[in-house]
Amino acid sequence: MNEMTNSWIGKSTIRPDGADKVTGRAAYAADTNMPGMIWGKVLRSPHPHARIISIDTSKAEALAGVKAVVTAKDIVDFPVDTPVPLGIQDMRWMCRNVMAREKALFHGHPIAAVAATTEAIAAEACKLIEVDYEVLPWAIEIEDAIKPDAPILHDFIQFEGKPSNIAGTLEHKLGDIDAGFAKADVVIERDFNTRPIHQGYIENHACLVSVASDGRTTIWSSSQGQFMVRAMTSFLTGLPQSDIRAIPAEIGGGFGGKTIIYLEPLATILSKKSGRPVKMVMTREEVMRATGPTSGSMSTVRIGATKDGKIVAAQGVFYLQAGALPGSPIRGAAGCAFAPYDIPNVVSRGFDVVSNRSKVAAYRAPGAPIGAHAVECVLDELAEALNIDPLDLRIRNAAREGTKAAHGPVYPRIGLLETMEAAKAHPHYKAPLGKFQGRGVASGYWFNAGGESSAQVNITEDGNVVVTTGHPDVGGSRAAIANIAAELLGIDYRRVSVLIGDTATIGYSNLTGGSRVLFASAMVVTQSAEQVIGQLKARAAKLWGIEADAVVWENGEARPSGDHTGNFPTMTLAEIAAKATATGGPIGAGVQLNTTGAEGGFSTHICDVEVDVDLGIVRVIRYTSFQDVGRAIHPAYVEGQIQGGAVQGIGWALNEEYIYNAKGQVDNPSFLDYRMPVCSDMPMLDAVMIEIPNPKHPQGVRGVGEVPLVPVMAAVANAIHDAVGKRFFSLPMSPPKVLEGLDEGTLQAAE
Amino acid sequence: MTGSLMTDIRYLAPHTLDEAVSAYADAAGAARILAGGTDLLVQMRSGMISPGLILDIKKISELTEISETPEGGFRVGAAVSGAVLAEHPTFGKVWPGVLEALNLIGSTQIQGRASAGGNLCNGSPAGDSVPAMIAAGATVTVQGPGGRRDIPVEAVPVGPGRTNLAPGEILVSFTLPPRAPGSSDAYLRMIPRTEMDIAVVGCGVNLSMKDGVCTAARVALGAVAPTVVLVEDAAKALIGSKLDDAALEAAATACRAACHPIDDKRGTIVYRTKVAGVLLKRTAGIAADRAGRS
Ligand SMILES: Cc1cc2nc3c(=O)[nH]c(=O)nc-3n(C[C@H](O)[C@H](O)[C@H](O)COP(=O)(O)OP(=O)(O)OC[C@H]3O[C@@H](n4cnc5c(N)ncnc54)[C@H](O)[C@@H]3O)c2cc1C
Repeated sequence: MNEMTNSWIGKSTIRPDGADKVTGRAAYAADTNMPGMIWGKVLRSPHPHARIISIDTSKAEALAGVKAVVTAKDIVDFPVDTPVPLGIQDMRWMCRNVMAREKALFHGHPIAAVAATTEAIAAEACKLIEVDYEVLPWAIEIEDAIKPDAPILHDFIQFEGKPSNIAGTLEHKLGDIDAGFAKADVVIERDFNTRPIHQGYIENHACLVSVASDGRTTIWSSSQGQFMVRAMTSFLTGLPQSDIRAIPAEIGGGFGGKTIIYLEPLATILSKKSGRPVKMVMTREEVMRATGPTSGSMSTVRIGATKDGKIVAAQGVFYLQAGALPGSPIRGAAGCAFAPYDIPNVVSRGFDVVSNRSKVAAYRAPGAPIGAHAVECVLDELAEALNIDPLDLRIRNAAREGTKAAHGPVYPRIGLLETMEAAKAHPHYKAPLGKFQGRGVASGYWFNAGGESSAQVNITEDGNVVVTTGHPDVGGSRAAIANIAAELLGIDYRRVSVLIGDTATIGYSNLTGGSRVLFASAMVVTQSAEQVIGQLKARAAKLWGIEADAVVWENGEARPSGDHTGNFPTMTLAEIAAKATATGGPIGAGVQLNTTGAEGGFSTHICDVEVDVDLGIVRVIRYTSFQDVGRAIHPAYVEGQIQGGAVQGIGWALNEEYIYNAKGQVDNPSFLDYRMPVCSDMPMLDAVMIEIPNPKHPQGVRGVGEVPLVPVMAAVANAIHDAVGKRFFSLPMSPPKVLEGLDEGTLQAAE
Repeated sequence: MTGSLMTDIRYLAPHTLDEAVSAYADAAGAARILAGGTDLLVQMRSGMISPGLILDIKKISELTEISETPEGGFRVGAAVSGAVLAEHPTFGKVWPGVLEALNLIGSTQIQGRASAGGNLCNGSPAGDSVPAMIAAGATVTVQGPGGRRDIPVEAVPVGPGRTNLAPGEILVSFTLPPRAPGSSDAYLRMIPRTEMDIAVVGCGVNLSMKDGVCTAARVALGAVAPTVVLVEDAAKALIGSKLDDAALEAAATACRAACHPIDDKRGTIVYRTKVAGVLLKRTAGIAADRAGRS
């Protein structure tokens, strides 16, 4: 595609969902209602760890207005010794997460659910359920969970031959690590600690489920994948997928946290039992107590370099919290940590640790920011020790085309070096800093993903276009698809309507996750549009009585070419559509693919902070992200992704954390005390988009949604060090912690 | 929300204080006063309280008026919202600290509802307008079945969530005293973010300056003890000084000594204590600048 001739690709067109969202018409999961609908509520464990001796629901069932009660015995059981993977989840753990089975494993773990004619009756009925618990000792933090005498969450998990809370490990190796460190002139090794943080989507989990008397089930819910909702609900309820229609609602944020389900199977069983449509809406407190944050971590990173700044060896050990059931993103932490660099000798290990807190869910580049935090902070210290500019150190060691990464791939053309060079050349990098202000840099990598996508492109009778894809739009995919379809068909983007089909109206499409959606759906839409253009040319050829290959499609019109040039007036899309019935019937095409070639994404950030050294408050005063975006199909959305990632990382770096009380309960399950950044905390966040098109994609698309979060915490930590001369290795760098770390000596040196 | 299972809630919005007082007293504990509702409704939704009667006081003119007293002070109705007080032509010039404290509460939307009366009666030691009101030397008028009484603001809170208002008593208004020339006030709070947070420490300072010397001062701290505290020793350290470093350090020390905080999710004992001293110095500086320092 030639840039000069693009009309729509690269334009920030008006978003198709904009009007609905600003006028309040957009229908989110909790906006759907049905006649006869009743309300479901979940009874949750007050204990972080307890054996469930018995559950007596009889009083709840006897309460007037109660229509159904569900406990673990209503959920399909998946025995622990047979894996049943579905994407990054496993049904063995999912069936135990949606409803506690043998034990309650965290404060907030569902114990039972009730459906009643009102929400208040359902809540009252939950209180009438009698649960006999045997409270067990618990472990919430990693260090407590891996102690030799730690309370064991699952006796079926063994590590090194003994019952353990280490549920899994992973290792990436390259070269000879000992030989590598032997060559190093400088070696830095540090321990790091990051806290679990929540995705913080505005829309709480919600669903409405209606099971008809013949078993046909319809689910309206907010998720990052209607097909994931269908498949998991099918597994957990035993209903065949063909009986379940999952309809994706407009989604109020997910960031990975809606690639899993909590309520749908409960509502389905409640609806089946009661014969009524059942609605369930979590409160924010439930979201904070029982839905997935990303992992907290404990890690150690050791990097060695020669005097001239060549990194010769790197080693990382990353312990990640999985929450109560196995499955933390160790692959992201151990795999992405060293991926931006060309390092000959690498060992990167991940440990998956279960503990008594809610099961983690995906969160924007799962695991990668944790690995990058440690590595990029050590690199900063290494640059200081070597007396090399921190960007120069990164440039000297940057991975490029042909670099073999420890996690496997040999990179094709990538734009990492360009992000570093752009940062170095940017006025931000040279801007003067005042007292107690500092600047930090960091880079990051995320795998990105391809996978299954389906699309259908139909031409309407009046010559407009309807494109249906199968992915909930969390980051602008509808707008970008409209741009691409308009570009390919040569028409105004406003003539293209992009819809998200439900599981009954579009072919299987994998989750919205892994920064995969535009990459994958642009491929199937492109192929569908090409087929449609082929049909349009054939129809024109038929009307003109010439061969189809003598017709070209240009600017939204069919034109005769070759010997026939000028022999017939061109025909517009509308003209061909109007004659479709006579020329062969409806015009449209659908394509379904398992896409590949989603090469990784790289990013380099510059962060400036100012530290109030008397109060320990850190404020970010300038922030610029430089990212290889492949091709910015809709630049405003790409910029939004980059800014959003920066904000989430700043929150992670500075204030966000779960606070547990002495009983092992979450003490801050609200946005008041779980401190996500607010708008006024942020400076304008600048995004510099560098376009190195992905050679494996028709439009050059590279996933852009996740890597924006990866470097942030390290960039902030490095900036704080630059401002006050003190390194902080543990997140969040909240005011009490920063104030405690600042003594007179460091401050005088920093002045 | 769907209908409540337990009790139906009655709502009354009387036009006179007498009606309000008698309805409040008759309900014998089952009623709650509604001013802006920014605490009350949150507490009801979370299930903390479930009142049988909600008594809206915003239709009572005395509770929503702002007037100047014959002595040259101000009387502010207990239910006046921060946004309305901000629109008053002179109040914010005379009491910038009180106004900024009230309008640190929440966001623009919250400030359209939240009142100083609600902030005080909610009884939180972290309520932002309370230290500023105490520093200002404000008194409140309270009316109940037993009649009217005036008490200083610092006498109202007795513990977290508790006040010394007797059953059936309603807070009617705040009275702020007349000002000597060269007087001003300020309020600062420490929060980890820039807004939408609860004070980890709050500090109100009100002072008068004459020829560069501090002639009168009142200092109050929030969120460092079970109630907002008036720190008389800090005021003493300021009075008679030129607000030089030694005087400010002495006042800061007095503030730290007045702290009896707890370790909780919002801050630690050590942190809160240190911060109280820092805020005293900064707040006193702002108040003095506003007073003209001369
Ligand atoms: C999003 C949000 C942010 C907030 N941020 C802050 C903040 O930054 N700082 C802060 O201090 N507070 C904050 N609050 C709390 C709240 O807004 C304040 O305490 C506010 O001043 C309460 O005033 P109100 O008029 O809304 O009180 P209401 O909710 O109407 O009443 C509060 C309590 O006082 C009682 N009451 C009210 N008026 C009277 C009266 N005249 N006589 C007797 N009893 C009475 C009520 O019965 C109730 O128990 C916040 C609240 C929200 C929802």
